[in-house]
Amino acid sequence: MDFFVQQLVAGLTSGAIYACVALGLVMIFVSTDHINFAQGEMAMFATYLAWAMINAGFEYWIAFGLTILISFAGGLFIQRVILKPLETAPVLSLVVCFIALLSIFNALAGMIWSYTIKQFPTPFPARDLFGNGLVSVQQIGIVGVTLLMLGILTVFFRYTTLGLAMRAAAQNATSARMMGIRVSWMLALGWGLAAAIGAVAGMLVAPIVFLDPNMMTGILVYGFAGALVGGIGNPLGAVVGGFIVGVLENLVGSYIIGNELKLTFALAIVIGVLLIKPAGLFGRVVVRRV
Amino acid sequence: MKLTRRSVLAGASIAILSGRAHAAGKYSPGASDTEIKIGQTMPYSGNASAYGVAGRNQAAYFRMLNETQGGINGRKINFISLDDGYSPPKTVELTRQLVERDQVLIDFYPLGTQCNTAIQKYLNQKKVPQLFVASGASKWGKPKEFPWTIGWQPDYHTEGVIYAKHLKANVKDPKIAILRQNDDMGNDYLDGFYEGLGEDGKKLIVADATYEVTDPTVDSQILQLRNSGANTFFNVTTPKFAAQAIKKVAEIGWKPNHYLVAVAASLGAVIRPAGFDNAQGIITSQFLKDVTDPRWDNDEDVKVWRKFMADWNPTANVMEGSNVSSYVVIKGLEHVLRKCGDDLTRENIMRQAASIKDLELPLMLPGIKVNTSPTNFYPINQLRMAKLEGEHWVVFGETMSRDAV
Repeated sequence: MDFFVQQLVAGLTSGAIYACVALGLVMIFVSTDHINFAQGEMAMFATYLAWAMINAGFEYWIAFGLTILISFAGGLFIQRVILKPLETAPVLSLVVCFIALLSIFNALAGMIWSYTIKQFPTPFPARDLFGNGLVSVQQIGIVGVTLLMLGILTVFFRYTTLGLAMRAAAQNATSARMMGIRVSWMLALGWGLAAAIGAVAGMLVAPIVFLDPNMMTGILVYGFAGALVGGIGNPLGAVVGGFIVGVLENLVGSYIIGNELKLTFALAIVIGVLLIKPAGLFGRVVVRRV
Repeated sequence: MKLTRRSVLAGASIAILSGRAHAAGKYSPGASDTEIKIGQTMPYSGNASAYGVAGRNQAAYFRMLNETQGGINGRKINFISLDDGYSPPKTVELTRQLVERDQVLIDFYPLGTQCNTAIQKYLNQKKVPQLFVASGASKWGKPKEFPWTIGWQPDYHTEGVIYAKHLKANVKDPKIAILRQNDDMGNDYLDGFYEGLGEDGKKLIVADATYEVTDPTVDSQILQLRNSGANTFFNVTTPKFAAQAIKKVAEIGWKPNHYLVAVAASLGAVIRPAGFDNAQGIITSQFLKDVTDPRWDNDEDVKVWRKFMADWNPTANVMEGSNVSSYVVIKGLEHVLRKCGDDLTRENIMRQAASIKDLELPLMLPGIKVNTSPTNFYPINQLRMAKLEGEHWVVFGETMSRDAV
């Protein structure tokens, strides 16, 4: 039983990480209708910034806050400078651009900070929640922060003018423009938010997986699976999807298929969802007039 | 005398041969009176780029040789080290370029098991030495099939045998759990480990969990292993996963006899990030001096190495083990090239590389010697056990080798 609980908690912890990455993916999808393959690398790069600040003597939470702000500005900057000229370009050009961003961030981090893994501090105390070795404060903390982010985003998108404007801009740019929404800036805001969420995800996972330029490569696939399971257009769905993938992966890996097929399992989920319910568990089917 | 075409040819070739005899040396492509051209492929980018440290350090060493001693045997070293990103197809392309366009004399210390596998046939066809392969796989010492390929470091198989022997002699009633990377490296270690455990050894293994390099964490696997009730943990991982495993084992309060493979035993890249407190008592094996250990502070070789690093490669992180291993192997190459003298043909290089006798190189642990012969293409075949105490590996016991253990 202990073993089951431990695997479940370990699954929830990885699930929370996938959920954070999935949230970032959803953010960009909701606000720009694209899937950002560089999401993981942007998060990794932001985490390095935080690491550099902490090493330079900043308090953890100050570095944490600054990193989120810098990432937000960075995301905004990327959209304004690199993607704006491509606004009318075909989707393939964008995909190429995202992949280019991915390798640029990866190589840049390696060049600046080298490829040796680095220890990243955690804000959570290193002890058990109940003193029986089953659940650590760190694990609960990660899950908590993920849920908190989800809450903030939900409120933002549902109840604030800016959030509504962003959704409107993504879903129907022409009408939104007629309503007086500055569509192009809404896209940029989406990128900024996604980068900020990515930064939080990176800083949460780094204490567990250790910081290195390839930290997010493996995680992105699972995050992607999570986003698809829950529905790529829905923040709540992305988080639930992330948790589902994390828990299933661990339990199925330990009890049924063995560790070798875990990644295959994640990919099977992606394909399965796309075949059976392309909109995801929580997604709405979008009908377009052609 | 009747002049036939054959006699003209014969005469011409005698003239060429005697002309050669007057020159300073005998050469294959890539060598001359003034230069020795050495090629290499290295992962400077991509997911194994941590190893790129080795190539950078070697470039620094050759620069030092050229500028302070005029190269080797009066010939400047022209070192061409190219980035293959740890991707075998890229290695093939670049190796062809090195051999055919740049015309290098040898391919020295190309890095990576898969990358070397991809170019082994080609280099042997072209008869270009694949000298001192930077990989711990056990397949580089097969002179009958591949006379132009020779390994260097103690291979994974040998290391696996040694851990098993040590474990059988020292752990009472062992119940073994294994975590291993699901690839050639993991299998090589496992084969050696089985060999060392002997006939009924497989019964001692109560859990065997694998992970893929794409897995974000190995937490789930560690929980499975602990759950098996094992009292001994054989940790066959690469640096990032080793650090994760060490940390997780401590976190869940598991206290097994912990054997960690040498690949992942770097103090700077694994133990420090994982936390020294979490890693006390872990056992590994070594053949090189741990230059971060103050025990060696007064050691002449270490002093020379430190000075070299400070003068010629000052931006490198001296905690990274690759800066030591790449230095030792280059000393080995220097030995071979000096032995070759003015006969810098590829044949002679392989001949010299395969006739090293009890060579002791700087920074190797006392007792470790390089030995090769026309039938033994495993230059370093010995290891010594080491245990983590405080912030350092402490070497203990006799020198161990695969046959003598």
